Amino acid sequence: MKENIVIIGGGIAGMEAANQLLQLGYLPIIVEQTDHLGGHVAQWHKLFPDMSSSQEIVSNLKERIKDAHVHLETKVKGINSLGNRYNIMLNNGINIVTKAVLMSTGFSLFDASKKEEYGYGVYDHVITNGDLEAWFNGKTDKRIPPQPKAIGFVHCVGSRDLKAGNSQCSKVCCTTAIKQAIEIKERFPDTEVYCFYMDLRLFGKKYEDFYIQAQRDFGVHFIRGRVSEVGETLDGLVQVKAEDTLVGKPLKVTLDLLVLMSGMVCNSQVTPLAEMLRLEIDDDDFLKSKDNVYGIIESNRAGIFYAGACTGTKTIPETVSEARAAALCIHNYLKNNF
Amino acid sequence: MTDFGFTLTKSSTINFDSLDNHLYKRLCTIEPDAQICMSCGSCSATCTAAPFSGMSVRKVILGLQRGQDVRPLLSNCMLCGKCTMVCPRAINTRHLLLTLYRIYD
Repeated sequence: MKENIVIIGGGIAGMEAANQLLQLGYLPIIVEQTDHLGGHVAQWHKLFPDMSSSQEIVSNLKERIKDAHVHLETKVKGINSLGNRYNIMLNNGINIVTKAVLMSTGFSLFDASKKEEYGYGVYDHVITNGDLEAWFNGKTDKRIPPQPKAIGFVHCVGSRDLKAGNSQCSKVCCTTAIKQAIEIKERFPDTEVYCFYMDLRLFGKKYEDFYIQAQRDFGVHFIRGRVSEVGETLDGLVQVKAEDTLVGKPLKVTLDLLVLMSGMVCNSQVTPLAEMLRLEIDDDDFLKSKDNVYGIIESNRAGIFYAGACTGTKTIPETVSEARAAALCIHNYLKNNF
Repeated sequence: MTDFGFTLTKSSTINFDSLDNHLYKRLCTIEPDAQICMSCGSCSATCTAAPFSGMSVRKVILGLQRGQDVRPLLSNCMLCGKCTMVCPRAINTRHLLLTLYRIYD
């Protein structure tokens, strides 16, 4: 009989780990609280920097993990330690005994309505990066006008923001804003697109080329300055104020749509799980790794491993790499300890 | 007019709603690389005229994008081409300035 490995979270981290564990001869059991696999990636449209399809990644992974057990719309109700094993109780009545648990609980998008000055949920034409992806995927959204003349993107919403409780850089939003700006320009070539940034953090392979492409081929305007306040004009448009810090002057512009680049925070459902498992939470509210250089995927407890954005903000390639590494660590842990 | 003892200062706000950047757009059709400036400041730091005149290609491009008259800045350039040598985005800044002279003419 194959050895059970419980994976909590069925996003791409959990799916890729399951894919690898299947190939190593284990039986991965994925516990996912939503009604679908693929997590956030399943909600995205295209992926930077090559505009590849996110649906394709998710459907390929689904195909590869057909032999894994998947519990959708299921939560972990309780966990007992039994020596060096864990007894995981699910809210659907199933109990699983496992020697290793993989936490791939991922992140939540920062709740943009907490930044009241940007007017999310208050003004008619303010949306988030998540809303825009859903619209790219065909969902109707009456906040997005049919023929917008000008659209703005606000970087760092809930990121690098001590007052919002998040000092961390969410890492992917700069490139996501560029990707979404390009997708907007592809649909509406005559629309003026403004990106309001503090720094453009384009660290990954081809990200800088993506930026140059947005500037040269799509004429996206980049304005260095954090949007300080957003108002609504009499005709319901969005008026944005920022400092143009390169020029050193205040700046204002009226827009048909404002997109807030909400950052990543730790999945809000993780706290009760961490308590049950006695896992340490770091001061950035993400799960605390054993070591931030050499032990990112290890926890403070034997047999519990991490993969993906549960330990901090991650890109998709980083998440996938961690999932693969975690599968190997679990394999070695079982080989060396049982 | 009644003298109230003070004068009003014109707002320095850059207003994108009433921005006239047709010169910038014209420049971009001839010199598309104007769009890939990332305002790093290499050009200004190396500029021979900068310490005496405030010349800066970065400010020229930025000023055009914001609809400002950049002719006073332009007149300081000695066309030495050092800015072209240092530009990390490989913008032919010297050529760009020459194009700009032509546009203003």
